Amino acid sequence: MTATIVSLRNVSRGFAGGVLALRDVSLEIGRGELVAIVGPSGSGKSTMLNIIGTLDRASAGTVEIDGLAVENLKDSQLSALRARHIGFVFQHFHLSPGVSALDNVADGLLYTGTGLRERRERAEAALCEVGLAHRLDHRPHQLSGGEKQRTAIARALARRPLLLLADEPTGALDSTSGEGVVQLLLGLHRAGTAVVVITHDRDLAARFDRQAAMRDGQLVEDTRRSIR
Amino acid sequence: MSTLQPAKLLAIDVVRLAAYGLTARPLRVVLSALGIAIGIAAMIAVVGISTSSRAQLNQLLSELGTNLLSAGPGKSMFGEAATMPPESIAMLGRIAEVEMVSAIGVLADARIYRSNRIPVSQSGGLAVYAARLNLLETLSAEVAVGSWLNEATANYPAVVLGARAAARLGIGRGLIGQQVWLGGRWFTVVGILAPVSLVPMLDLSALIGWPAGERHLDFEGDITTLYLRTAPDAVEAVRSILAPSANPKEPNEVDVSRPSDALAAEAAADVAFTGLLLGLGAVALLVGGIGVANTMVISVLERRAEIGLRRSQGATRGHIRMQFFGEALLLALLGGGSGVLIGALVTIGYAHVMGWPVDIPLWVPAGGMAATLLIGGIAGLYPAIRAARLAPTEALSVG
Ligand SMILES: Nc1ncnc2c1ncn2[C@@H]1O[C@H](COP(=O)(O)OP(=O)(O)O)[C@@H](O)[C@H]1O
Ligand SMILES: [Mg+2]
Repeated sequence: MTATIVSLRNVSRGFAGGVLALRDVSLEIGRGELVAIVGPSGSGKSTMLNIIGTLDRASAGTVEIDGLAVENLKDSQLSALRARHIGFVFQHFHLSPGVSALDNVADGLLYTGTGLRERRERAEAALCEVGLAHRLDHRPHQLSGGEKQRTAIARALARRPLLLLADEPTGALDSTSGEGVVQLLLGLHRAGTAVVVITHDRDLAARFDRQAAMRDGQLVEDTRRSIR
Repeated sequence: MSTLQPAKLLAIDVVRLAAYGLTARPLRVVLSALGIAIGIAAMIAVVGISTSSRAQLNQLLSELGTNLLSAGPGKSMFGEAATMPPESIAMLGRIAEVEMVSAIGVLADARIYRSNRIPVSQSGGLAVYAARLNLLETLSAEVAVGSWLNEATANYPAVVLGARAAARLGIGRGLIGQQVWLGGRWFTVVGILAPVSLVPMLDLSALIGWPAGERHLDFEGDITTLYLRTAPDAVEAVRSILAPSANPKEPNEVDVSRPSDALAAEAAADVAFTGLLLGLGAVALLVGGIGVANTMVISVLERRAEIGLRRSQGATRGHIRMQFFGEALLLALLGGGSGVLIGALVTIGYAHVMGWPVDIPLWVPAGGMAATLLIGGIAGLYPAIRAARLAPTEALSVG
């Protein structure tokens, strides 16, 4: 068990059409660390988060997650890695319409090899944890924006990930519900999960232990530059 | 360090996922399942109706027996209808394998009319025959109303009408005892036959007693057609000696046949027609399959965000492929299942109306479901592969 959960070394990512979304980025994140990623739109924040979350692969450089070199892993092994260790929270929630909050969260455990009953039990516990014990049977359209995002967080944390990645989780919320979501993320960090949050909000970022700033695909500032 | 092995989806979860995917878009599901349902229902009904009709004919054949032979008049060398000598009845009766012999003789000049005021030209195409008393028993025929000729009425001017002959003359059920104008004198209708399946020609005939013909209408006793029942296993043997025995002098003028062959041929005849309809059903099924493929392709396009989300939660490409493939199969099965049901109901209804026994062999629904699975599998393959190929980031960037 390594102390580092994410390690990017000289990572670049180019897209068809010649866009270089990431240039030579090196970044280490320790277990249980709390990191805010800031930067203007188009600076490569989401691209980096996707690579950290193994949803995307680097064009150059090396990526290690929990000590495993991603480039040596097959697609199905990356899936298993995500199922076990990585949780995602998106700006637009991505909840299934017409499915109750409980089943939305339980569905997030589908690829962990657990049966329906256990998935529902864990989902209920997770929803209670995010303060939605009274919303188990509500469908997404019956939930407020903040409640939707808390449901999405419950879905990610039900798997007890080592690493939680949130791409502008408060971007679609008013400040009050945004604050509730931030409190949840901070709470997860306190419980030992490494939490990486992309945000436009400088004030929010300031409350995080560590901030990394990006511009034009490069890491231009990191309040805890890794040694080397 | 644990090896990274993706979890297997439980079978029940695959089914649940497929059902969830379908219930989210009920109208589209119903419409595209309908295509398959129509194809399968058409095929099941076509096969079911044809097997039921064949079952009916086979049942009829086994009731009527296939051991009836007839020896009719072939054309003589000079083109006139030949007859057989009266003695042939006795001669054939002496053959051990012959169980029963009966005969009819045509009264070529006799016409039958509803009354003596009908113009002679309007005879309605009905033939008049003198019949042996055991004719009905030999042909397994039955009387619908009234009674068959007996020793007494065979001597009198009494007539039994074939089913269609009675209808043409306008003689109904209540008109037994009615007089008809036959061969220039009044005859009394004593009975009407039920349709004679083995010898449909008799349906358009009027039958009088042998002695009555001789006494009242100058019938000379020459035999037009012989009917005989043989021992069940001796049909072919008797058939081969029938012509020389019936007319030793002119065996070539005797036309021997087995009346049940016509019914059996009828059963075989609709095979070709069935094949044609089956082909049409197959085309409908194919179109249904294309509908399913189309629905699934659209579904994959619409659900890219869902696919991306599932990939982020740890779904492998295989999981995604299985989800959409399962959904296509379930969609096709819904169509196929209702198609089998509809097809069976149509068959049962039709057979009921026709008074047939219902006969849907097990291979018909089984084949229908197999065809459905095949179509669903083929239709689901491409959309499933496409869904699985989607890059997670690309899929997520939609929402
Ligand atoms: N799939 C893609 N194909 C082509 N270009 C892309 C793709 N994803 C991102 N980009 C480009 O890469 C750059 C960084 O994008 P992104 O990481 O989304 O920025 P941010 O999240 O910081 O707004 C942008 O110029 C964007 O247009
Ligand atoms: Mg972004």
